Amino acid sequence: MSLVSEKEAPESDFGRLLFEGADWSFKTLSRAYDAIERVALDDLGLNVYPNQVEIISTEQMLDAYSSFGMPLMYRHWSFGKHFAREEKSYRQGHSGLAYEIVINANPCISYNLEDNTMALQALVMAHAAFGHNHFFKNNYLFQQWTDADGVLDYFQYAKAFIAGAEERHGLAAVEEVLDAAHAIMDQGVFRYRRAPELTTEQRQTRKREIEAYRERTFNDLWRTVPDAARAEVTSEAEQMKIERRHKLKLPEENLLFFLEYNSPILEGWQREILSIVRNVAQYFYPQRQTKVMNEGCATFTHHYIMNALYDSGQISEGAMLEILHSHSNVLTQPDFDDPRFNGINPYALGFAMMGDIRRICTEPTDEDRDWFPELAGSEDWRGALRHAWANFRDESFIRQYLSPHLIRKLKLFDLTDNAGDSHYTVGAIHDEQGYRKVRDALANNYDPAHTDADIQVVDADLRGDRQLFLEHSVRRGVGLAEDSRGQVLKYIHQLWGYDVTLSGMDHDTGKQLYRTSTIEAGEADKTS
Amino acid sequence: MAMHHFIDRRRNPSDRSLGNRQRFIRRARSQIKEALNKSLRERKLGDVDSGEVLSIPTKGIAEPRLRSNSNEGRRDRVLPGNKEFVTGDQLKKPAKGGQGAGKEGSEDGEAEDEFRFTLSRDEFLEMFFEDLELPDLIKTDLRETTAVAYRRAGFARDGTPSNMDVMRTMRNSLGRRIALHRPDKEAVAALQDEITALEEKTEPVAEDRKRLDGLYEELEALQRRQKVVGYIDPVDVRFRQRTAVPLPNTQAVMFCLMDVSGSMGEREKDLAKRFFVLLHLFLKRRYERIDVVFIRHTHEAQEVDEETFFYSRQSGGTVVSTALTKMMEVVRDRYPTDAWNIYAAQASDGENFSGDSQTCSKLLAEEVIPVCQYYAYVEILDEREFELFGNPEAGAALWRSYRDVAVARENFAMKRVTKPADIYPVFRELFLRQGERN
Repeated sequence: MSLVSEKEAPESDFGRLLFEGADWSFKTLSRAYDAIERVALDDLGLNVYPNQVEIISTEQMLDAYSSFGMPLMYRHWSFGKHFAREEKSYRQGHSGLAYEIVINANPCISYNLEDNTMALQALVMAHAAFGHNHFFKNNYLFQQWTDADGVLDYFQYAKAFIAGAEERHGLAAVEEVLDAAHAIMDQGVFRYRRAPELTTEQRQTRKREIEAYRERTFNDLWRTVPDAARAEVTSEAEQMKIERRHKLKLPEENLLFFLEYNSPILEGWQREILSIVRNVAQYFYPQRQTKVMNEGCATFTHHYIMNALYDSGQISEGAMLEILHSHSNVLTQPDFDDPRFNGINPYALGFAMMGDIRRICTEPTDEDRDWFPELAGSEDWRGALRHAWANFRDESFIRQYLSPHLIRKLKLFDLTDNAGDSHYTVGAIHDEQGYRKVRDALANNYDPAHTDADIQVVDADLRGDRQLFLEHSVRRGVGLAEDSRGQVLKYIHQLWGYDVTLSGMDHDTGKQLYRTSTIEAGEADKTS
Repeated sequence: MAMHHFIDRRRNPSDRSLGNRQRFIRRARSQIKEALNKSLRERKLGDVDSGEVLSIPTKGIAEPRLRSNSNEGRRDRVLPGNKEFVTGDQLKKPAKGGQGAGKEGSEDGEAEDEFRFTLSRDEFLEMFFEDLELPDLIKTDLRETTAVAYRRAGFARDGTPSNMDVMRTMRNSLGRRIALHRPDKEAVAALQDEITALEEKTEPVAEDRKRLDGLYEELEALQRRQKVVGYIDPVDVRFRQRTAVPLPNTQAVMFCLMDVSGSMGEREKDLAKRFFVLLHLFLKRRYERIDVVFIRHTHEAQEVDEETFFYSRQSGGTVVSTALTKMMEVVRDRYPTDAWNIYAAQASDGENFSGDSQTCSKLLAEEVIPVCQYYAYVEILDEREFELFGNPEAGAALWRSYRDVAVARENFAMKRVTKPADIYPVFRELFLRQGERN
């Protein structure tokens, strides 16, 4: 690794080009960086972590891709598999490579591909080192769930720990745990903030305080009042179940967390691996919820900065054309009936919405005044955008900001798909009656509560047969794909050590829709 | 202003992806092997060891996650680009099996049945050798494509000091000195002598002084010029250059002889092919050019192409000596022994027409083996037969008569095989001798 320290760029005299031609050098990178930074901080008012820009080769880029976009990831065969696939598709020209990968850390690390032209490098720096960087630093989800200061150290530690475990316990043993943990990674995150863990000392102080309070407020009369809650629970088994659940702190939505702490069979190093996978999953959880906003923020930022630099004569016309070309490539949104259609492009939606916020602030129509009274005509679009970037995630952002104007522009419509029917139904379109419905439906599509299966640990009798009971709260009748369901249950069984039963309960009626268990699967295996 | 800097990571070691790759191959081992065995059947003997695109079933390398079932429940999707729909319109769903126009699709290709990727030559050989149970030393030996020797190849302007060619360097230096009029040692010495002589004069006249001044100037000029035009300049220096040249290449021809009568089934032919491939790999390392001749036989022998050799069947009896006769014919016609190294590999299930085995051993001992570098014979048996014939002394007529030949000859090897791991010992001699020679 060679470290190219940045020299103070000469005071730029406006009107001089930052770079010429396609080739980049560390000097031109540095000059461009400084110019971009001036616009980002002084004009847009962004607030970013210090940047570290790293130049990597295509192979390294493919590699980063295939391991969750994280170059510091531990080793696992599945990353090798993804690498083989990405490489094949790249070599055969089916897909290009991302120009950049950025890591939510302090300092913020962005990886730029060496093949990029200078114009692209400038674009990428504005996009990642300022757009994404600002978003990471300011968005509430990232502030709440990720620790930007410690993340690089943590990944380093995780990598070393897994390598060490492989050495001590063998590749196969580590692989077994990782495979199982990866299978329930999506069920390995905390969705809601929880109270901070207390230290033993704090817990004891609190206990003393509670006892003191009880002593102060003691009144023997209460004993004579019939206990409604206790009276309802008749059977003793029910009573024990409640106690059990209380002890294990059930229900628990984070399967990895539950297994890490409560599995009767895992050894220390295996628990630590679960903890690592759980932390990786949690680290990426905010990114999954903010794809539209994050990419929108980065795209809006690079678009604004590049135009500002072009307007002040610091970027040549040729370079600007190249920048606009890749910009519009990224933003392509084919219509639903286009063969290229592959869902809504988060870049396109995010960029369009943020441009729309700017429009509402500066050139509002009467409709905008009705819909966004606080925003319309406020002129301070920079402040409005920064506020949105900081305080929303995709779901709430769309619910709050998707305007009728944009719904008409994108010609969005809602299509209801009822599995039993032979046809789809158009639920709403871009008209007066439809705006709110389209907006809600789109917001729901980005809401993990709607899209992710809601699975919880509900019971485990550690003194009895130790069977683990999971419950899937089924919404709108959408169950789980059966082939993978069985395989994942087997993995959970492997980590828990005893049989696992999963039942699907209808969210609204509480009726049991299905029930599957490793007990039956095991017996079926024996007979077949 | 925030601190920032750039880091060039391009030179970082790229072993990271390699580690993941090895884990992946280890994981998919059994599937890869199966695919490999299949491709072994389909590939030509000569290019077995080039890189190969393999398809393996995704089953063993699936990464299951809990996914929602796309065939049940109610969903609302928001789509862009509405043309003529109004609220309440009903659209017919595409027919089942058409997979809903890519609606749910396959998240990261998981739903595909096959996973395709390229296996490198090294990885291929690793797998190929695994069944054959080759010793490690020989594996490395075979993997190396060509041996090279370093030969002198002209001169270069740069190199290590130990390779400097003094003669050539000095010649260049001399030419340059002449061309640039570098004052030589003698001229300077003569001038200095003259100066000394003048300086030593006890009573110099004015003319001498003037001359002396002139001489000083002249000397200074010469010395300055000597300094500017160096005695040896970096441009003069030449180094001997060496380049890697492949070792002297001789050519070899490899004869594959096989019994193709009805008793040779697919399993037998598969084993035979591995046997031939291994010999071919060995030869490929030794020789630049290898011809392969395929001779199949029943009660009569034919020279055929590879395809026919492995895949078509013929009915008829079994007369092994016809193949040997045929081979000698080809040798006489096309492969004179002074220009070609001859190797032969024969595979059979041990059956022979009664009485012919004597002819075979005679042919082998008197004609074939004397012209061959090496002759390897494998008898492919099934497990049951193998138990029966566990003793090398026992066996059918062909085996017994070949044994008589083997006793006296070093370049003849024979073995009974029932599984791939049995094949290597046939060549052990060949590889061992190779090791000693190196």
